Amino acid sequence: MNSNVGIVIVSHSPDVARGAADMVRQMVGDDVPLAWCGGAPGGGLGTNVEEILAAINRAWSEAGVAVLVDLGGAETNSEMAIEMLPDRQQNRVVVCNAPIVEGAVMAATEASAGSSLEDVRRTAEELKPA
Amino acid sequence: MELDLELQRRLIRTVAERVIAHTDELVALDRAIGDGDHGLNMKRGFEAVLADLDKFAAMPLGEALKGVGMALVMKVGGASGPLYGSLFMALGKALPEQAGRAGLAQAFAAAVEAVKARGKSDVGQKTMIDVLVPALAVLQDTAVDLPERLCSAAQQAATATIPVRALRGRASFLGERSVGHMDPGARSASLMICAVMDVMEGRA
Repeated sequence: MNSNVGIVIVSHSPDVARGAADMVRQMVGDDVPLAWCGGAPGGGLGTNVEEILAAINRAWSEAGVAVLVDLGGAETNSEMAIEMLPDRQQNRVVVCNAPIVEGAVMAATEASAGSSLEDVRRTAEELKPA
Repeated sequence: MELDLELQRRLIRTVAERVIAHTDELVALDRAIGDGDHGLNMKRGFEAVLADLDKFAAMPLGEALKGVGMALVMKVGGASGPLYGSLFMALGKALPEQAGRAGLAQAFAAAVEAVKARGKSDVGQKTMIDVLVPALAVLQDTAVDLPERLCSAAQQAATATIPVRALRGRASFLGERSVGHMDPGARSASLMICAVMDVMEGRA
């Protein structure tokens, strides 16, 4: 059982999400629970609340889950998905205000050191444009 | 609020069909200042609503609205899913069993607040809120005749987003270049409001 914070990557494009996840795996390794999703329900660019929920559960860790998103709808849909989680999970998932690829790699690096969810988020958000 | 079940079915179906019928227009509006997916996203969401029309038509109105909202959340695929989803779910939750106009206005006010919270937005940012808030004002003003005013107020409010610079949503990335285009979310909100009034007035 992995006790490190989990990372979820949510992009409008499944290719972008998978590619960002590949980079995390290669650069950070397997010590961090990791899941990704991308694409609208039924295909095409967009994000899917049901898949975001499933990705959060795949990457679930009792230490929490940090979600990296690309554009507006991915953020709104991720926030919606978090609200649909059971109460005991809800307050242990955060959406990071960070670029999706760099943010995922930095967040995973921080998480792999056993850092708290808050520290993982802070590290990812240091990349946010001033 | 209790409606004749046939009327309830007609309301849900007409709103859904109206949005779907305007897919191309919404795509064009969104292509100008967003990413062009609003029309297709809304079409996908309301097709899912139509697929469950029998179910929604048989539920108490509040439950039906919550169901419609959840269908939009799960199927739209863009930000408008949670935004309209929150609107319908909050409306369904706040609607009293026996609501007159005052009860409806109160429930609609709660629904508008839910959209503001979900979108972290407010009036004047070139979004659907710029239509929902003026529509709420008409609903709350008992001195005006509702059917006559509500649709036209919504349409005027959507048109009034044209000269506004977007401060929220994808269009805000464009800054000044968002000026001169109607907000697609404002347009879809006005379409739904007019569809409701057309049914209530016996025009659809």
